[in-house]
Amino acid sequence: MTPRTQRLAGFVAFAAFVAFVLVLPQFISDFKAREYAYVGIYLIALLGLNILTGYTGQISLGHGAFMAIGGYTTAILMAGNEQFGGPVAGGLQDVWTLPIAGLVAGLSGLAFGLPALRLAGLYLALATFAIAVALPSTVKRFEEFSGGGQGIQLFGLPTLTGSNAAATGDDFSAPATFDLLGITFTQNDWMYYLTWSIALVMFAGAWLILRGRTGRAFRAVRDSETAAVSSGVSLARYKTLAFGISAAYAGVAGGLFAIASAFVNPDTFPIALSIFLLVGIVVGGLGLLAGLVFGAIFIAFLPLWAQGQDLGSLLPDRIIEETQKPGGPAIVYGVVLILLMFVLPSGVGGLFRRVGGRITSRRYSRSK
Amino acid sequence: MVAAAFTDFMQQVVSGLASGGIYALLALALVIIHRSTGVINFAQGEMATLSTYIAWALIAHHAWSYWPAFAATLVLSFIGGVGIHRVVIRPVERGSVLRIVIVTIGLLVAINGFVVWQWSGEPQQLQSPFGTNVYDIGGVIVAAQDIGTIAVALGIVLLLWGLFQFTKVGLALRAVAVNPEEARLVGVRVSWMLALGWGLAALLGAVAGMLTAPTVGLDSNMMAAVLIYAFASAVLGGIDSPIGAVVGGLAIGVLLNMLSFLSQYSAFDWFTEELRLPMALLIILVVLLVRPQGIFGRPEVKRV
Amino acid sequence: MRTLLELDAVAARYGPVQALHDVSLVVREGEVVAVLGANGAGKTTTLRAISGTVSRSGAIELDGKQLKGGPEAAAKAGVAHVPEGRGTFVDLTVTENLKLGAYTRRDRGVKADIQRVAEYFPWMLERGSQRAGTLSGGEQQMLALGRALMSRPRLLLLDEPSLGLAPMIIREFFRIVRRLNEDEGLTVLVVEQDARIALNASSRAYVLEVGRVALAGTSDELRDDENVRRSYLGY
Repeated sequence: MTPRTQRLAGFVAFAAFVAFVLVLPQFISDFKAREYAYVGIYLIALLGLNILTGYTGQISLGHGAFMAIGGYTTAILMAGNEQFGGPVAGGLQDVWTLPIAGLVAGLSGLAFGLPALRLAGLYLALATFAIAVALPSTVKRFEEFSGGGQGIQLFGLPTLTGSNAAATGDDFSAPATFDLLGITFTQNDWMYYLTWSIALVMFAGAWLILRGRTGRAFRAVRDSETAAVSSGVSLARYKTLAFGISAAYAGVAGGLFAIASAFVNPDTFPIALSIFLLVGIVVGGLGLLAGLVFGAIFIAFLPLWAQGQDLGSLLPDRIIEETQKPGGPAIVYGVVLILLMFVLPSGVGGLFRRVGGRITSRRYSRSK
Repeated sequence: MVAAAFTDFMQQVVSGLASGGIYALLALALVIIHRSTGVINFAQGEMATLSTYIAWALIAHHAWSYWPAFAATLVLSFIGGVGIHRVVIRPVERGSVLRIVIVTIGLLVAINGFVVWQWSGEPQQLQSPFGTNVYDIGGVIVAAQDIGTIAVALGIVLLLWGLFQFTKVGLALRAVAVNPEEARLVGVRVSWMLALGWGLAALLGAVAGMLTAPTVGLDSNMMAAVLIYAFASAVLGGIDSPIGAVVGGLAIGVLLNMLSFLSQYSAFDWFTEELRLPMALLIILVVLLVRPQGIFGRPEVKRV
Repeated sequence: MRTLLELDAVAARYGPVQALHDVSLVVREGEVVAVLGANGAGKTTTLRAISGTVSRSGAIELDGKQLKGGPEAAAKAGVAHVPEGRGTFVDLTVTENLKLGAYTRRDRGVKADIQRVAEYFPWMLERGSQRAGTLSGGEQQMLALGRALMSRPRLLLLDEPSLGLAPMIIREFFRIVRRLNEDEGLTVLVVEQDARIALNASSRAYVLEVGRVALAGTSDELRDDENVRRSYLGY
């Protein structure tokens, strides 16, 4: 296959994927649509983390904090004056808060990226871990901005698109619907399409960034810092830039998370989230779109599978009983994680690459 | 007034040394593992919790008395640590840093889950062997628990130091930490030495857990905060320095208690109990940014 | 003299790279044998194959017994390998380095042996508690040799001992090696870039080229043959 044919095949595969995403809600229940919306949210965050860890090799155990920054930015902007005196009088419509959430998170990423230049490998992991653990308590401390321990309630706010649907839907048996642009959406379908359209756009954005000079510079930084420097690549600029971009992605994901959950409080973005994000890109495999999608699915669904849902019918009842006892799902989750690291060290993406994903891998993997 | 402040101060110092001793033990565990295998064991706290539950189960369910249960727990923890290294860590040791981090996180999640699954998450009581007496030493009220904790921590540290300095095995362990390739050439079974390191770390964690439980209460998340304090201690002292771990642990313990003591004065009244953890995290951040190798560590030389 | 070490059609690789193709050589008890050749010829790999540090195929026999397994097994069998770059334990003291040399020994003669080693290197006793990393290059090379001696080896492997050392120190080093060979009958296999000094210290030599033995003979022969010297040995 010539490179051009490969690229063409890649586009075709991507188009097929987009079509699949658009059509999926027709075939799944309304509730499932909501679950898949979260997959889309995680995918956005993973796209960003992948740029940081997969491309410049900087390990972050704190990206949940950037999601939190985005999420709180969205919530504060949406909240208006009723609840607790947000900066925008009537509150800002949810969708419009997202670019701002991304920007604020992105700037924080740049701000952190600069001092982070001094840290490498495990030290950086530890520092980001510390930030993510400290964030909930710090958020609680600054009540005036964040609503303290109670958080910010977005449910039923007019700025939450479709929330009037929730307000009018007394009958819980049928999903509440609302009209937008002439189409009737349920709340969950709306969330699904919102997150996935943003996810697909942001994926395209990541692809554009990475295929150009910036992407090459990122890869150079990861593969050999000394070589990169001697080729004139400014380590400081690109490493910091990677932090900023990945934080911006996480911020958008966080904003969407806030919208989807219809509230934020200090416990919405715990350290577990940061850990799961890192797990997601490692399991998914660094650098490959298909892998990242799997990573997002892994984060979203494994906790449920571990509890015996969905896959429950495949296993004998006795086992399901045991795993559903408290603590059981966690054991399963941990063991699966460890086994995955044994069996698929390069994650699912690595498997795809090996088995024949030459088509998709051409677009995202390291240049040979 | 001054005398009252002084005794208050001394009380905080003593209890700071006691909690610092616990941080030191767990920090030492982290350092031993990091020095030999280059891994930061995020699961160290959970392993300690598991050990403590085992001790509790022996005492509460099988009617063992305290010190035999303590000893048995140490032995079992040691074996468990060796086992974890051989089974879980060895296959991924030579892989990327990221992979190892995920494996220890998987361990963290799985062990935490196991503790809840086996014994439920309900808080339990692990009696202290030191009793609840308090002693009045020159006006300073000191709890037997604190003295006992300091004594045990100190004792274990000294024993470990003796092991490292004066025995053949200890020498081999240190050699492996310095230059594993070389150690193989003189005949050291490096892989078993690494496993031994994990065993020792698990043992240290078990002691830390058993010293923590009487005051904090035994539940599935008992060691979460202690792990963070241990990270702070190890980073402060130097992540590859055993001395650093001990000094760092004691320093953190005393420092946090000092802040508590000073919080009665207006200049420090912003410091509340909830800020202990964030303060430790701040220390981690500051040390990593200003002097990543800690007090006793040597700066990492970037190999070109 | 009987054969102590025999390599027969030994091959070795680093991952996908084949470093040794077919190396056969013999070292008899009490000999000093040199392995020479250009960079990349496979000299270091040959030693690593013997000590089991690299994966290899082919027959390697020490005193008639197959040498299998990793470096730990080779050490137990009596092979002392002083690697390229000395390989001292830089954070440990001089005495501790020496003690580690005797790691595989279970007898009680270790302390006495430190004294014996100190006869060749008296400064090691005086500066026993000095950190090995603070020693000079030459001293570290001596320490590495001392450490190797502590195991009472049957075969001593020396990998490019002259690397990075001043000529005077190199001469002193090889002088000690010759003494050890003559006084104690120590069998030595030495790999060297510096062919001249290696030929002076040895009785026989092999010249490697691209992972194979290109030439073999007594050191006198090789030294006296101008053609050989110019084509293979560079001087």
